[in-house]
Order: sequence, then structure tokens, then C-alpha cells
Amino acid sequence: MNFQGIFSMSRKDLTTLVIFSIVVLALPIWLQPFGAAYPDLMQKFAIFGILAIGFNILFGLTGYLSFGHAAFLGVGSYTAVWTFKLFSMNPIPALIFAVILSGLFALLIGYVSLRRSGIYFSILTLAFAQMSYNLAYSVLTPITNGETGLQLEAGDPRVLDSMFVAEEAGLPVSNFFGIEMSGIPGFYFCAIFLILGFFITQRIFASPFGMMLRGIKSNQTRMNYTGFNTRPYTLTAFVISGMYAGLAGGLMAVTDPLAGAERMQWTASGEIVLMTILGGVGTLVGPVIGAWLIKYFENIFSSFNESVLHNLFGFLPDGVEGFVVELTSMFVGEGWHLTLGLVFVLVVTFLPGGMMEGYRRITTLFTGGGGDGDKKAKADDTQTQPAE
Amino acid sequence: MTTSTENVVLHVADVHKTFGGLHALSDIDLQIEEGKTHAIIGPNGAGKSTLLNVVVGRLAPTRGAVVFDGKVLTGKQPHEINQVGVARVFQTPEIFPDLSVLQNVMAPAFAKRDGSFKLNFLSSLDDEHQIRKEAEEMLEDIGLSEQKLMKAGSLSRGDKRRMELAMCLMQHPKLLLLDEPTAGMSRHDTNTTIELLKKIKERGMTKVIIEHDMHVVFSLADKISVLAGGRIIAEGTPEEVRNNPKVQEAYLGGAH
Repeated sequence: MNFQGIFSMSRKDLTTLVIFSIVVLALPIWLQPFGAAYPDLMQKFAIFGILAIGFNILFGLTGYLSFGHAAFLGVGSYTAVWTFKLFSMNPIPALIFAVILSGLFALLIGYVSLRRSGIYFSILTLAFAQMSYNLAYSVLTPITNGETGLQLEAGDPRVLDSMFVAEEAGLPVSNFFGIEMSGIPGFYFCAIFLILGFFITQRIFASPFGMMLRGIKSNQTRMNYTGFNTRPYTLTAFVISGMYAGLAGGLMAVTDPLAGAERMQWTASGEIVLMTILGGVGTLVGPVIGAWLIKYFENIFSSFNESVLHNLFGFLPDGVEGFVVELTSMFVGEGWHLTLGLVFVLVVTFLPGGMMEGYRRITTLFTGGGGDGDKKAKADDTQTQPAE
Repeated sequence: MTTSTENVVLHVADVHKTFGGLHALSDIDLQIEEGKTHAIIGPNGAGKSTLLNVVVGRLAPTRGAVVFDGKVLTGKQPHEINQVGVARVFQTPEIFPDLSVLQNVMAPAFAKRDGSFKLNFLSSLDDEHQIRKEAEEMLEDIGLSEQKLMKAGSLSRGDKRRMELAMCLMQHPKLLLLDEPTAGMSRHDTNTTIELLKKIKERGMTKVIIEHDMHVVFSLADKISVLAGGRIIAEGTPEEVRNNPKVQEAYLGGAH
């Protein structure tokens, strides 16, 4: 009986992985009706999905809220662009270096920040990220090219490429053994990493290590008195999530080979937190959903302008139309952050578990009535499917 | 001391603890013998919990040392003290409220088997058949089998305490420290816990119990130390302590 439970769970993980992969790989198809099936946006979907699931390993499992993950994103991007400049336009070495360097950077920042917990930890990470931003913006200009951002140049050495590939005129594009990393191929390249990253996260969630991380979130005192040294656990989680962010930053550079300091700013760190909370902290797919929603609305709402609104509300009488357009125009275009803020307030107030909690509530609404048995089943549910 | 030091597994040697000007513990010298159940009793504010906190490393003594199994515990981290074989049940249960009951009981077994840190993030919890089996047997023993998939936070207070005890027992500690293990329990639950603790005694585990309930103390303890005003004022078998006029005055109020 018990063993059945065990196997059905891992089968469940496998099912989740298969469904997730299909959904991701079919993005260009099912996004068509939403008007979002263009490569740039889908690349963002994949990249920010990686960023959010990585962040969730730290925040969702250990409860340590980092407010500085954009720093690792930035390190990943700069490293990738430098790898392009110095060695090769092939994305693989760029990503390897991006992940390693951001991991080392995370080790350094995490080692110091994790001496504190709660709000002090968050403030420390925020401070480090802002320091990194300022370094990238001004002090380290020779490395980061400051305000302008780091770009490819015609005179870059690219030692590996120059050995094998004939120099072409103009700036090169990153290419995976001949496949240019832009457009749809670029999206699929990122999508494969998203699926891979999702798979690794699943393994972490289902491992003893993942359980220890949850234990730290649940009761750190008990962890200590149970004989666990919690520091290496939190530090490992921090480094892993930093590496995910580095991978995401590297992929940004792969699809568009430039890196700017604004990628490391605190608003970028805040956006990662928003994505995770909006989708569902501590759940497997929640953060990805949060990332997609935010990136989708960012693109849709910010592209609305007054003429679009006039078309939309054209059926209204003149005076009313003017008023409605005036009102709604505050929430679109530049003001789309206002919409995001409102949605965020609503979600946190009514669905503290994010979109995934909404999904769970809807399914329980349809599958069973109230009563005590249901309550117990729900507890079982959270146990056997922490992955959701 | 009348006992031979060979059997002493825990030695609290000349421990003092002051908080500011307050002498919470003075001249505490306590020797706990292997396999015995040693109760520490005393009125509120006598320093019982402070003493326990000094033993597990939560508080550093102002002076003196704690020696366990030939190793000095003073200055060690709580997880290091656990790793040498000391487990503790708290006055208010310290459990993992967000994990399932089964996971709560499994976690300590990992600490016992893998040490204080292991990077096993690519193996699966589902493959840990041995630990899972042990945990399920333990839950069977304490009567929490049916709740094993529930979130531990939703257990009743009494069940949480029993589960915390089970978590400690999963590690087969050499020394088990219990801070009022039956406080707030119903008579029935108290008796179940006493039975459970008696069972452990038969396995030869050393226990230090802090307890208010004299019924619990006299049914379990081999030896009792009476703490009052941060000092040990009497020590002996339950019978000796019961008949000690000093103790009756300070603590039992002549009721017994």
C-alpha cells in the first residue's frame, strides 16, 4: 500500500515533466490566439521561467527572500558577452562560464548574507546587488562598458572562432554550430534549458536535500537540535539559485548579445520576487506561470496606446468614451506597472498562495464538496503533491 | 558522590550561569549515570530550563563545563551536540509544522545517518525505503500512523509532543533530554507517554527529565535532583527525596 504511494508519486512527477515539456515546446502554437507567439516574447518566457524556478529553490524551499538576484543575472550576461568577445560565438562555452561565474559570485554574497535571516538577509542581498549595479554602471567601466553596455565589436579576438570559421563582414550572431540563436531557433534553445532546469528542480524538490530545505523554512531551531548544520544547506540553495539566474542572464546574452547594468538594478530583483509570489511560492510550476503572466502583460499592456483604447471603446457615446479612455490609459502603456500593482495586491490579498492556489481551489470546488473528510484529503494533497 | 564515575555519561561540572546580576545557576554539579532516568524538579524559576539549555548548547555557562561521554560539550553548536548523541524534547514542541508527520519523523534519521550536512539533491526521498520503514514503525508505536500524511502543524498539542518525542527516538540518542514532556496533556495522554518512556528505559537509553507532575516523576525516575534558587538542594532516590524535610519545605510544601 505504501509502496504504491511512492511509485505513484514519482510517476506523477514524470507526468508533470512531460506535460510541462509539451506546453513549453508548443508555446509557438498555443500562444497564437493570445497574440504572443512572436520569438522575442517567447524567448523571454523561457528565460524568465528559468530565473523564477531558480529563485524559487531559495525562496520557496528555504524561505530566505533574496532581493538581489538580478546581480547574478547581470553577472551571467556580462560573462556570456565576454566569452563571445574573447572565445567563440557558440553559446555553450558562454553559458558554462556564465553559470560558473554567477555561482562563484553567489557563493561570495551568500556566504556573507546568510549569516543573517529574515529581513536582514533580504536587506543584505539588496545592498550587495545595488553595489554590483553601481560597480557595473561606473567603477568597472573597463569591464562592463558602463552606461552604454557591453557589446560585440568587429575587432574582438574570438580566438576559437577565428581558428575554425572564416571571418565575415559585420557583427557576428551567436550560433549553435551554425544555427543562429535568434528567432524561433533561439526560443527552442532557451526552451530546452527551461525544461532541463525544471527537471533538476523537480529532483531537488523530491530529494532528502529538498526536504531539509523545507525543514529550514519550517523550523530552523528544530533543524539545529536535530543535528543539521543549516548554513551549508542554505548556502547550497543560494548558490544553485544564483546559477539558475546566471544561466538566465547568459541566455539573454545568447539571444541578444549585449549586457547592460540596468539588468542588475533592484527593480529587476523585485520583478523576480513578484513573479514567484504571483505564480505560487514553493510550488514547481507556479513561478513559471508567474513569469509568463508578468512578461505577457508587460508586453500587451505596455503596447496599448490611446488610439488602441479609442478603437476598443469606440462603441460608447462620445463623452463617456473620452472619460473611459482617459481612465484606462493610466493603466496601459507606461502605466502598465499600475495594472501589475493592482493584480499583485489582489492576488496577495485573496490568493496568498498565488495562481497555483487559485488552481487548487477551483479543482477542489469541482471534485468534492466540503466536510471534514475533504479537509483531511486536502492535507494529504499538500503532502503528496508538494510539487504542485 | 557515591556512584562510581565509570558509569557517568553526563557530567555537569561546577556550572554557574548569571544573567546580569541574577544567579540563575550556582555550583551545579550533576552526574547522570548511564541507562538511568534522572529527574530534575524544583519550583518555577529554580533554573531547570536554564540548566537544560546549558547542556544542549543554547546557553553558554558563565563558568564550568558540561562533559558528555568523555567529550566537552561547552562551546559546541547545538547540531554538534546532537551529533554526539544528545536529543532534546522541548517544553513547547519544536516540530516542522509545514512538513508531513511522516517527514517530521524521517528527517532526524537522515541527520543520524548522513551527518550534519549531505548534498544529496539528486537522490529521491522515495528511494529511502529503510528510513521510511523505520519512521512508519515509530509512528505505529506512538499511535500516529493514521495521521502520517497530515501536515504536522495541524496535529493536536498532545500529538505534537508525542511526535516530537518520536523524532528524538528515531536517532537512538545516548542521552534524551525531556523538558516537561507531559505538560498540558490529559491524564490519559500522560499515562500513554509514561508507558512509552518506560519502554525506552528498558532499551537502556539515559534520560534527563524536567517535570512538574510528581506522578510522572515518581513513576519514572531512578534518581531525583531538586533545584531551588539555582542550586541543587537535594539529590537521591525518589524515596529519599520524598522524605527529605528540606525538599518538602522548598517544593512539595509538605503535601506529600
